[in-house]
Amino acid sequence: MSVLVAEPGALGTGGSARRAGARKERRDHRRPAWEPAPTRAGQTIKAGVLAFYMVLVLGPLYIVGLTSVSAQATINRAGGLVVVPGRLTLNAYRLIFSGGVVDRAALISVAITVVGTAFSMVVTVLAGYGLSRTGSFGHKAILAVMIFTMFFSGGLIPFFLVVTDLGGFNQYWSLIVPTALSVFNVLVVRQFFAGTAVEIIESARIDGAGEWRILGRIVLPMSKAVCAVVALFYAVGYWDSWFNVLLFMPAESSRWPLSYVLYQYVTLGQSFAGSGITSGQYFGHQPLAPLSLQMAIVVLVVLPILVVLPFVSKYFSKGVLLGAIKG
Amino acid sequence: MVLPALLLLVIFSYLPMFGLVTVFQYYNVYQGFLHSPWVGLQNFDQLFSDPAFWRSLWTTLELFVVQTVLFFPVPIALAIMLDKMLRKWLRNLVQAIAAIPHFFNWLLVITLFQQMLGGAGVLDTFLRSHGVSNPFNIMTNASLFPLLVSAQAIWKEAGFSAIIYVAAIAGLNPELYEAAASDGAGRWRQIWHVTLPGIMPLAVLLLVLSIGGAVSFGFQQMYLQLGAVGTNAAQTLSVYAYQYGIAQGQYSYGAAAGLFISVVSVILLLTANWLAHRFGQGGFYQGERSLRKMATR
Repeated sequence: MSVLVAEPGALGTGGSARRAGARKERRDHRRPAWEPAPTRAGQTIKAGVLAFYMVLVLGPLYIVGLTSVSAQATINRAGGLVVVPGRLTLNAYRLIFSGGVVDRAALISVAITVVGTAFSMVVTVLAGYGLSRTGSFGHKAILAVMIFTMFFSGGLIPFFLVVTDLGGFNQYWSLIVPTALSVFNVLVVRQFFAGTAVEIIESARIDGAGEWRILGRIVLPMSKAVCAVVALFYAVGYWDSWFNVLLFMPAESSRWPLSYVLYQYVTLGQSFAGSGITSGQYFGHQPLAPLSLQMAIVVLVVLPILVVLPFVSKYFSKGVLLGAIKG
Repeated sequence: MVLPALLLLVIFSYLPMFGLVTVFQYYNVYQGFLHSPWVGLQNFDQLFSDPAFWRSLWTTLELFVVQTVLFFPVPIALAIMLDKMLRKWLRNLVQAIAAIPHFFNWLLVITLFQQMLGGAGVLDTFLRSHGVSNPFNIMTNASLFPLLVSAQAIWKEAGFSAIIYVAAIAGLNPELYEAAASDGAGRWRQIWHVTLPGIMPLAVLLLVLSIGGAVSFGFQQMYLQLGAVGTNAAQTLSVYAYQYGIAQGQYSYGAAAGLFISVVSVILLLTANWLAHRFGQGGFYQGERSLRKMATR
């Protein structure tokens, strides 16, 4: 039976080859004898629907990416975003990285993502390990205390007041610490740790290993997959985060991370005031940065996500399955 | 080892819960939680007599219902199509691409929608260059906003949600299909009589969980589009709480609206779960058990 359980998230190459070996012969390129063959029309429609879906997902990314590397003349001729490639240039990126708002924001974003993910992972792994050792002190109660927060919260405003009362306003830590812990991720990690063979842990303990050594030398190396997924979710969260900035440092433009710069300059369509990049097309009364610049910012936010995804997506299915428990 | 996590929760989850006492206060930044004057139920009086509050409640429910009805079948349909694909690499590729937008935040999603469908966007430019003088702009149309919101939600989440349904379908016993086929069921009847009943517990679980979020859903999505479509269309309850509570600095009043959201959410979750049980579906517990089984297999 177990060979028939697909690992649908197993993307890319390799991945679950070892588990899927037996199944591969049955499902890959071969239909079970009893299964009625699909009709030609049905297959065509299905292929069409899926292809259309792919276009819907990839099309906007393609257009945005292409516009960011298009020359101003091409953009003018297209009357906006570029769909058909014309003259290509990297000017937008050169301009962005020649100093000013965007490259500082990118550095801040990277720093927040790295520090935040590390912090979140340490807290999550420790909590996950502690809670996976059933029978430890207060185990059930602590679990209940954690899960309760998934269903009831004090709401946004008391949260905001607590963080600002602690002096979080305009501080970088307010973008990291208050939202560093996802109880849901703790549960995912805990579930995985709990599945580590008890015999191995027991034998390590008999050999004199303490809890820290067991965690570091045995449990963690056996849980690379789940850690990769959880770290990805945290990292994307930090990289993407703009709402905490809106809450805690809306006016402190020198400390804005990249996604908030995106919000200000692209979504709200504000000019690059004070950045030296004020020239460009005018739309109504609002001076806008050149479209290629705006799109380059979008690309800067999107690209790291796209680059990281393939490396971890083969571990998805388990994370997602557990994820559904929270919904 | 649990201590750091516990500390974070106590400070940033439980302190705010105690901070909810402020709904009975007139919160003042200088006097804090401890010394702000008490006003009894005045905040709730004001809240429940505000027409804008009731309108935003209505908006929330309207958007939620439309979005749920339109969104719910899409990942299931996608999963059924993916399941029957014989080329594994192609199936994985399609699935991976469909899941990409899940990792974009609402800011990116709405920016992309704006660039594609909004004024001066791709669609707009295309129509203009083909003789439509004043194309219709869906990004700023209040009456079509529920549809727009649903489209955005589908674009962002359907591919990712499909992953879990694909797993559920792959976990079904193939002998059921074989038996159905030998009884003469075609492909469609197999889907109807084997696949759909098989993933029903999971679908109900996801529905129950989403109903729990009915009154708090979509804050960022609506907040970002408030300016484009107007308050009437996009002011959901959570946006209302934010606008009064933080943007205008009426902390206690906003917190009261927030408390309303939290309490109603819990009530909805419990009710939906109870209903699912009544109608013979496992609801929360059974669905969760089957999920855990799938995940640890």
